[in-house]
Amino acid sequence: MSTSGPRRSGPRRSGPGISAGDRRRHTTVVVIGAGHAGLAMSRCLTERSIDHVLLERGAVANSWRTERWDSLRLLTPNWQTRLPGHRYRGHDPDGYMTVPQVVDFLDTYAAAVDAPVETNTAVRSVRRHSDGFVVGTSEGDWRCRSVVVASGACNRAAVPDAAARLPGDIVSLTPLEYRRPDQLPDGGVLVAGGSATGIQLADEIHRSGRPVTLAVGGHVRVPRTYRGHDIMSWLDAVGILGERYDEVDDPERVRRLPSFQLVGSPERTTIDLNSLRALGVRVVGRVAGIADGTMQFSGSLRNQCALADLKLRRLLDTIDEWVDGCWLDGVPPPPPRPTPTVVDDDPLLTLRLGSGEIRSVIWATGYRPDLSWLHLPVFDRASRLRHDGGITDVPGLYLLGLPFLRRRKSTLIDGAGDDARELSAHLAATLAGASATHWTARGA
Amino acid sequence: MTIDEITQPGTADNGIDIDFLRSARDMLTAQPEAAAFEWRVRNTWVNGTHSTSVCRDFHGLAAEQEHRSTFIFDTDHPEIFASADNGATPTEVVLAALAGCLTAGVAAVAQQRDIQLRSVSAEVVATSDVRGVLGIDPDIRNGFSRVDVTYAIDADATDDDIRALVAQSQKRSAVFDIVTNPTNVAVDVR
Repeated sequence: MSTSGPRRSGPRRSGPGISAGDRRRHTTVVVIGAGHAGLAMSRCLTERSIDHVLLERGAVANSWRTERWDSLRLLTPNWQTRLPGHRYRGHDPDGYMTVPQVVDFLDTYAAAVDAPVETNTAVRSVRRHSDGFVVGTSEGDWRCRSVVVASGACNRAAVPDAAARLPGDIVSLTPLEYRRPDQLPDGGVLVAGGSATGIQLADEIHRSGRPVTLAVGGHVRVPRTYRGHDIMSWLDAVGILGERYDEVDDPERVRRLPSFQLVGSPERTTIDLNSLRALGVRVVGRVAGIADGTMQFSGSLRNQCALADLKLRRLLDTIDEWVDGCWLDGVPPPPPRPTPTVVDDDPLLTLRLGSGEIRSVIWATGYRPDLSWLHLPVFDRASRLRHDGGITDVPGLYLLGLPFLRRRKSTLIDGAGDDARELSAHLAATLAGASATHWTARGA
Repeated sequence: MTIDEITQPGTADNGIDIDFLRSARDMLTAQPEAAAFEWRVRNTWVNGTHSTSVCRDFHGLAAEQEHRSTFIFDTDHPEIFASADNGATPTEVVLAALAGCLTAGVAAVAQQRDIQLRSVSAEVVATSDVRGVLGIDPDIRNGFSRVDVTYAIDADATDDDIRALVAQSQKRSAVFDIVTNPTNVAVDVR
């Protein structure tokens, strides 16, 4: 592996008069994306003296700068906002960072680890080339021996097919476009999706005076705090966040789970279907389809709520058993179990879209990575990424920063550190192995 | 794997071959084309509102399949509608299908979770307003206005574990999905 090569920091400066096609540059590892995952990998590669570059379509923390709604805060407490060699050191370890604070945190980290970021460089293609890769970008090609894809898990909003049958006079938005309630027309809003995004948007939009109907399928109900501590602290303490992908029966199932129903707020509020219902939000089943101008909702709402309540009780039991087993002092006794989710006796099953009641729809129905530029055989028949804890079938190609990549916490900023450390070790061994093979081949 | 799984091999026996189900799941993950099933029912009018439905063959696992024997279901309307009552109403057959599907799921999930079942019974109650099917009021739907399924389950498990069996069974049930979500139905004449 090479330790030479210029170190770049901050925006790329290129000489005038050089066309994009002429700029063919080399490095050992190209990391695609300079968000928390890419930066964590950069730090791990620097520690191993592996020459690399981070290609970033915009600036560091680009999706945080451009694709988040105004009120969003991290779902994890500040103490948990940590990356290799860097952590939150402010006076509010139990608070939740706002989006500008996350951007600051990552900017500071990029500078602290001296990450060689090429900004405003959009990756257009990744292809194999001899024993490495060629990464085509808006600013020319890069040749490298290894590629780490850290371009994010939430580049695209996953929208159901039914969205295409929405009448044209109803505003249709994804959470990537939504910023604040006053962006929406007055009148009723249908929020589809009961994960963190869906419940947060339902809450703030309903409070803005626009009556919300919330369509909910499978969801994960958790309280913000339990027995005096943040739920994330408990998940960390009892070992759930550290649970590895090779320790569960079906990691693909876990990867598809919706995010926890959580909001990061200074008041440490819990938002769940009961709190939304009390606010006046109308809760209905998952959007099952749109036919003849009528939106249909699944009749499975009662069971989805029963499943979430049962899982919640199992989680709290797990925490209680852990506390009992540790003889922890100073932990308040368990409070009564949360009230089971109240479901209307007769939840709405159909809604005529032409009635004018619903003026806008927000599809908070999940996110997907956008890897349309990755021209390598790493996708299964359903176009899902095939990988073993971030290690793909293509030697030298790695994935980072995806849900449950190697651990439950992989989806969090706090998960990037362990994953980057392990994958950079694998990457270094692969590079060393490849070099050794070359050496033997040449020697023979 | 947890210590429990190492020291306590499955002891429950609900008559479900869980090893087969697991291997089938693996096989169909690798060969999704074999997962394409086609279900067939042949229905023949007898007289009045009485007809018979026959289930014999189906397609699945990339081959033509046949039931061990031919199953015949009579459906009819009750005497209060001036019918001969030669069979259950089609709506009752739907409820039988729902309960049959959910109960099969309860047994399978219990087996997977190593829970021994001693008895499982369900009461299915559906309400409908027949003014819908009679065309008296266009605002009333033809189908059920509500379906209630109530299980009574005796098993070696806590109340929450039993509730979780029933909840998971709904999550994986074909008929529950058919009843709770819309399906494209094309009815043609040849």
